[in-house]
Amino acid sequence: MTSVAPFLIFFVGGALAAVTTGRLRQAVLLGTPVLGAVNLYHLPEGTSGFLELFDYTLVLVRVDKLSLVFGYVFHLAALLGAIYALHVRDGIQHIAGTLYAGSSIGALFSGDLITLFVFWELTAITSVFLILARRTDRAQATAIRYLAIQILSGMLLLAGVLIWTSHTGSIAFDYIGLDAPGGWLILLAFGIKSAFPLLHNWLTDAYPEATPTGTIFLSAFTTKLAVYTLARGYPGTEILVYIGATMTMFPIFYAIIENDLRRVLSYSLIIQIGFMVTGIGIGTELAINGAAAHAFVHVVYKALLFMSMGAVLDRVGKIDGSELGGLYKSMPITAVFCIIGAASICAFPLFAGFIAKSMVLAAAIEEGYPTVWLFLLFASAGVIHYSGIKIPYFAFFAHDSGIRVKEARPNMLVAMFLAAFLCIFIGVYPWPLYRILPFPVDYHPYTVSHVLVQCQLLFFSALAFVFLQLTKLYPPELPGINIDSEWIYRRFLPYAARYLLDQAHILGVRLERGIRQALAAWMGRVFHLHGPQGVLARTWQTGSTVLMVILLFAVVLVFSYL
Amino acid sequence: MDENGRSYIFDNPRNVKAVIYALYVLCATLLVLDFFVHRHVDHPWESWFGFYGIYGFVCCTFLVLAAKAMRKLVQRKEDYYDD
Repeated sequence: MTSVAPFLIFFVGGALAAVTTGRLRQAVLLGTPVLGAVNLYHLPEGTSGFLELFDYTLVLVRVDKLSLVFGYVFHLAALLGAIYALHVRDGIQHIAGTLYAGSSIGALFSGDLITLFVFWELTAITSVFLILARRTDRAQATAIRYLAIQILSGMLLLAGVLIWTSHTGSIAFDYIGLDAPGGWLILLAFGIKSAFPLLHNWLTDAYPEATPTGTIFLSAFTTKLAVYTLARGYPGTEILVYIGATMTMFPIFYAIIENDLRRVLSYSLIIQIGFMVTGIGIGTELAINGAAAHAFVHVVYKALLFMSMGAVLDRVGKIDGSELGGLYKSMPITAVFCIIGAASICAFPLFAGFIAKSMVLAAAIEEGYPTVWLFLLFASAGVIHYSGIKIPYFAFFAHDSGIRVKEARPNMLVAMFLAAFLCIFIGVYPWPLYRILPFPVDYHPYTVSHVLVQCQLLFFSALAFVFLQLTKLYPPELPGINIDSEWIYRRFLPYAARYLLDQAHILGVRLERGIRQALAAWMGRVFHLHGPQGVLARTWQTGSTVLMVILLFAVVLVFSYL
Repeated sequence: MDENGRSYIFDNPRNVKAVIYALYVLCATLLVLDFFVHRHVDHPWESWFGFYGIYGFVCCTFLVLAAKAMRKLVQRKEDYYDD
């Protein structure tokens, strides 16, 4: 069977979705990722799809074990997203979702940096419509900020690539490293999309503002694409260990106090990316495998969690923890799926997170990062609070908000069922996933010791939640927003700019006034001397004129004798 | 009970209590198992009795209380950025 470049199928699918409606469009939307997956399965390893551009040869498709594992999960996410969004009548969302998936897959399989750059920007341009489609003023403003930051990442990438290429003469996308010319710029570009600390706020700003179905696509692609590019370009770069560890720590505190449950999941997403970045920084086979495996399962359970919250938003119209509660009564199936997603992200034994997350922890301790290991363990315990308990508890249990709605839409339930099934299947039987990892796997998750310590960690963390709830120490869900690094560009910079402009204005006014005053004073003097009453403008009497003439003669006389 | 006269599982406080007691029993069992199971240890702290349980409990308590304190610092009204 002949295969085509994987992104092409999605681009054709997106175009077909634009010209079809109704059942036909639904068939196109579902068929695209399925056909894509079949094509991917038959895609031979190696490079293909060459394109000549000036002096360079672009490599549109490069298939190896690293790109394949991400490729599989991208197709899976595209399918889950398509099923979940099937009821949506807004064509823009379908087209954007399909093209966004295609762009991400294009970037993923790109064998050179120029192709990567083109798809890198396409992911930004296509995905922004998933936020705009919410059609609120807030979403519009968010979408502009999101697009600006994503495009900035692309510009940095282009600058870095140009420097790199001018030095090396090659555009191949392989190991880059920090010592390479342009290496820091490219890392910064990747870092923005993988939500490095302080560069992360676009994610928690934009993802919760997208449509209920759009967030499923957003949560899967951009950040995991960035993780893949880091694994490709910067494996074993030590600074990533510390960046990753920081990413697993600080968002926890925000996730605990955040009220918008989809924003809680967005902070949680950064923490999960932190585990992957740490693994890439460690760079051993176990660590890279851990990062890839974690990325794979993370896409599935994060999609499941976002789907359950999207279903709540779809039915209730709100997603703030302070306004929800007791929804297990009207959405019991969604509640069960949400709990399965929560158990997976917490890495309970028999759920997907368990077989992946611990690989990065094991690698951290093996390679001599005990402090980082303690950080990761802290995050592994903390996850039960913000994702494991908070999400299901405040939405479906807690105090009964009195809200009674219908169960989630059937297509949403099907998508959630598939994701939930995979969470358990991979958790129970991880070997198929281990087989597609970049390196051979010599790791056994189900040892008595591992199961025991993980259960101890998680159940005692849950105990802490019960303890804090019973003693009323647990902070209640409160409406409000929490300021984060976006404060710099949403508050500080505009204020600073306004302040500087104001100061410049004041200075200008003062300067103008000073000049006016100086001019007025000078004019006053001139007026004083030459005005109607001025000394020099007076009409002189004949006598005083004669006196002046005699004085002048006297002066001339004196000078002529000298 | 809600307005339709239906009663749900957690409307009865006894069921909530049962879940909490089940958690207590589970935690106690897991702690006791530490006596019997020889855990694989990579880090010296891991060999301490009940390390994972205590670490989890202490971390989470600290985490929530720290976040609660942080809220005073970072929380603003919902329209903070709108004006």
